[in-house]
Amino acid sequence: MNELLAIIIATVFVNNYVLSRFLGLCPFFGVSKKIETAAGMGMAVTFVMTLASIATWFIEKFLLSIKVGGHDLSYLRTVTFILVIASLVQFVEMFLQKSMPSLYQSLGIFLPLITTNCAVLGVAILNIQNFGVKTYWALIKTITQGVGAALGFTLALVLMAGIRERLELEEVPACFKGMPIAFVVSGLLALAFMGFNGLKIF
Amino acid sequence: MGVLLPALYVGCLGLFFGLVLSIAAKAFHVDVDEKITKIIDVLPGANCGACGFPGCGGFAQGVVDGTAAIDACIPGGKECTEKISGIMGTKSSPTKMKNVARVRCAGGKNNSTIIAEYSGIQDCKASLLVHGAGKVCTSGCVGFGNCADVCPFSAITMNENGLPVVDTELCTGCGICITECPRNILELVPLNKTVYVGCMSTDPGKDVRKYCEIGCISCKICEKVCPVEYEVDGEKRKAIKVVNNIAIIDYEKCISCGKCMEKCPKNVIFSLRDHKSIVADIDQDKCIKCTICIKNCKFDAIEGKVKEKHTIIADKCISCGVCIDKCPKNAIEFIPR
Repeated sequence: MNELLAIIIATVFVNNYVLSRFLGLCPFFGVSKKIETAAGMGMAVTFVMTLASIATWFIEKFLLSIKVGGHDLSYLRTVTFILVIASLVQFVEMFLQKSMPSLYQSLGIFLPLITTNCAVLGVAILNIQNFGVKTYWALIKTITQGVGAALGFTLALVLMAGIRERLELEEVPACFKGMPIAFVVSGLLALAFMGFNGLKIF
Repeated sequence: MGVLLPALYVGCLGLFFGLVLSIAAKAFHVDVDEKITKIIDVLPGANCGACGFPGCGGFAQGVVDGTAAIDACIPGGKECTEKISGIMGTKSSPTKMKNVARVRCAGGKNNSTIIAEYSGIQDCKASLLVHGAGKVCTSGCVGFGNCADVCPFSAITMNENGLPVVDTELCTGCGICITECPRNILELVPLNKTVYVGCMSTDPGKDVRKYCEIGCISCKICEKVCPVEYEVDGEKRKAIKVVNNIAIIDYEKCISCGKCMEKCPKNVIFSLRDHKSIVADIDQDKCIKCTICIKNCKFDAIEGKVKEKHTIIADKCISCGVCIDKCPKNAIEFIPR
């Protein structure tokens, strides 16, 4: 149990996917103008990351880690995972539109944005590298890491949106308006998150 | 074999997912009325909400359901209404003249007294919490451009005097700026009513004179020169009237002649049209000599009889545009003087 808690804390704070691994920067800047949309995006990412972690783990266990005629196929991991995640997101989108229209209304616009998101792919690959596919305990750790990473992503996005909402009202020099100041702010935010580096978990 | 195996592997995987997705697309197919997608295609896609529906998609849904009027899309205008009526198979009602936002303040930072410097949040509403950016006038524009920021059509720009300027071509009359402006300085007026008063101050004239170079001092000269006179319950009225220390134009009656604009001692009345440099002109090929323009001209500036040539007397024409609006054959237009 302690191990799972450690994974959550590590992925949310210490190794935050956006602020210390620098994955998923595209939505981090693109969808962080309003807290509301940032939270919506965070929800969609949580949803997709969890599903993708599970799906890619099974793909790895039953397809990629099996040696066919002495050939090791694990180098196809990246390309296979992209394929899996993209189709999974498409499938989920269709499924939601049909069976859960209200959820589709709130997540729908964000789902196509995450099909090839590098944070989602990053989680899937890091899961395999960190935990392997030997036991089903690894699957539980994988899911925990997927959820934790998504929570960390949501946290970073909402924090950024909160700052940018206030920045809108601030008098910023003309040359810094818009993206430049957002870059500076995200740098400072990443520096702040570096403070978690010395954190000793258990 | 070394190349073939991974190629086969990824190929099969892709084929498998493709098949699953295509089956899913069939299984989870949601029927969407094709009229809705067609209407969404012809709408401007600004999602401005001026129709009262949530975005263009909501409006299209409303049109198909019968809850929305087909001419409710203000930004799309006449063209869009015609296209929608084509899709829906109904006839479009004649669309109204489009409204254009007018700025009813002319006292910017250069010609209105400012007694304090404001360095807080650069936002109209925020500045009003501390007495409106130091301007003495309590009804004038505070000039932080909230209207320009919210305009979805980029029709409003802030000039160097700190006042909003509306581009009448780009403005669609959606009214978003009207609701945004905390001082209600913007007003929607039909495009063919060109004259407007650039002041909202209800302070007495002597006060306005102290703090603003371009402010209505309620001298009532505009009332005197207005050529439109009518009676309501035995009381004589003009199309422009000073009420509560501010000149108000009755757009039902105003003929946009620009007389008040010429005589205003404070130059606080404006017009979208430069009345001095243009004059109405009849296209003799289109004219059917019906005398409608002659009957409607308030200034006897058109001569002619039924089935005889109509001519405009340029000296008398004040470019009000009434004849242009009334001509059944669209034979009259403005030309440079």
